[in-house]
Amino acid sequence: MSEPGTPARKGKGKYELDERLQSYKGVWVFVEHERGAVHPVSWELIGEGRKLADQLGVPLSGVVLGAPGLPTRRFCEEAFFHGADHCYLIEDAVLANYRNEPFTRGLTSLVETFKPEILLLGATTQGRDLAGSVATTLKTGLTADCTGLAIDPENRGLAASRPTFGGSLLCTILTLNYRPQMATVRPRVMAMPDRDASRRGTITEHPLGMIETDIVTKVLEYIPDNRQDTPQLPFADIIVAGGRGLKKPENFQLVWDLAMVLGAEVGASRPVVQAGWVEADRQVGQSGKTVRPKLYIAAGISGAVQHRVGMEGADVIVAINNDAGAPIFDFATYGIVGNAMTLLPALTEAFRQHIAMARVAS
Amino acid sequence: MHIVVCIKQVPDSAQIRVHPVTNTIMRQGVPAIVNPYDLFALEEALRLKDRHGGRVTVLTMGPPQAEDALRKCLTFGADEAILVTDRAFAGADTLATSYALAAAIRNIDRDAAVDLVFTGKQTIDGDTAQVGPGIAKRLDLQLLTYVSRVEQVDIAQRRLRVQRRAEGGVQVLETRLPCLITMLEGTNEMRFASMDNMFRAARCAVRIWDREAAGISDVSKIGLKGSPTVVSKVFAPQARARRAELIEAEGDAPRDLALTLINKLFTRNPKLRDAIVAQPS
Repeated sequence: MSEPGTPARKGKGKYELDERLQSYKGVWVFVEHERGAVHPVSWELIGEGRKLADQLGVPLSGVVLGAPGLPTRRFCEEAFFHGADHCYLIEDAVLANYRNEPFTRGLTSLVETFKPEILLLGATTQGRDLAGSVATTLKTGLTADCTGLAIDPENRGLAASRPTFGGSLLCTILTLNYRPQMATVRPRVMAMPDRDASRRGTITEHPLGMIETDIVTKVLEYIPDNRQDTPQLPFADIIVAGGRGLKKPENFQLVWDLAMVLGAEVGASRPVVQAGWVEADRQVGQSGKTVRPKLYIAAGISGAVQHRVGMEGADVIVAINNDAGAPIFDFATYGIVGNAMTLLPALTEAFRQHIAMARVAS
Repeated sequence: MHIVVCIKQVPDSAQIRVHPVTNTIMRQGVPAIVNPYDLFALEEALRLKDRHGGRVTVLTMGPPQAEDALRKCLTFGADEAILVTDRAFAGADTLATSYALAAAIRNIDRDAAVDLVFTGKQTIDGDTAQVGPGIAKRLDLQLLTYVSRVEQVDIAQRRLRVQRRAEGGVQVLETRLPCLITMLEGTNEMRFASMDNMFRAARCAVRIWDREAAGISDVSKIGLKGSPTVVSKVFAPQARARRAELIEAEGDAPRDLALTLINKLFTRNPKLRDAIVAQPS
């Protein structure tokens, strides 16, 4: 029999949480920043973490690691505005740039000292680098690239869902007798929570206990991307995407034509990226980008789970596919059963005329 | 220089189909390939060997048939291949997998010291990107993930400089050997298998290690037992409450279909229309 108020319940062969693990309480979100700005995925996770914490009746904390001189206190404040109750803060000169070794040490030390039951990180190059190292150090479970997070009513554990089998099905993963339960979530998978600048919270500071000579890897230089050159799919309002149904790489030009008229970004499904029709930066789906546009037009894309999890957050989805049985029609807003090669030019022309007329009228 | 490249045999995911009624994976006839991301790691390792000499060992954990993936790597020019295979490894998650691979690398290292470990950035079947960092942590190696370029290796000084894909930019990092690199895709192009290497691969014996041969005594750290995570269910995604509203037009003329769609779209989403009309042309 389990004690009242403890997370685990027996019965039906269910596990009971080890006594030493019962002291793990609270939901944490790692607040990731680079070049003085917090990655939006951290606020998306604060929003999602809020729901989990409320369901469990525990506090939600942000974790901020950075060097003196960085606006780390402002990051904590922003975490409160987005829904956190509390923040853990480590400030140390060696945390000036992201590096695996000191960040792993800092986050691991916080977990060992303050014992959260759930720890969420963004599935970014920084979050994935850090999460794998921290989970291995703590010898606990880590679920990557989750598309859904919930509390299992049976055992109060984290039920993390993600695509499996190359993105053809979904699965739910539990971390039973280990704490914390760790998960990464990709940018734009969760909705951005409302920001309330009247919210306040408390901060706990913690020492890192490392000096620069302890750290082997040095950052020699940081070369920022030229933003104009890289597609910004995750934050695009309109996306026109093409898939295998376009048959030939030349036909992908029809997607570009429509995107040009709509002022849209161009996306693509995995098969056509793998075939080299389009650059990898434009891939939408589990192994590409997750997007949340106002309008997503999918031409010649069947809508396998792999692709779906990357774009079903769109407000309006228009699907064009010649197979009436394609899964994309199960979740699109509007569907046209027909040949994308003739429909795309027709749409391009009709949108062009509509826009021209509207401009004349105004 | 001794380089170990960790690879995985994966099903060609472009060809996986789900049974429409039972929601089970139809595995029959799905070809197995070397995880495409791992080939960038292997090519980078082979280039370092071309430049600095030494040898490349490919390592995988998997079922007996994963030997085919290792042989493929031998045809590209890897010197040696090791398959870690045992029923005791079944059901391993990423934590248990990194334990087994780290043990095998320690074993390899006893034979000939390992300077560098390479992995792909992730696999196409699991997509977790967790095993590389896990191995590095267990072996206490410096970890360099999402490396786009190995700029310089100074074997005498045992130093290495790389470019790493970071958020919003590229980090130039310098570290010490031994270290573990997870290689980004699109960073190099795999060479063709040479005739010599194809003959050699056919003759070369892949070393097969079971649990004991891999130097693992603690069975609680591997397979299902050593895995903190469990899959509680596998399911197909729910259809939205309503299927797509199908746009139809008489005669199905593309122009009429397009106009019908735009009319519905803009009538119901006036803000979207305003935004599209207002965008600079």
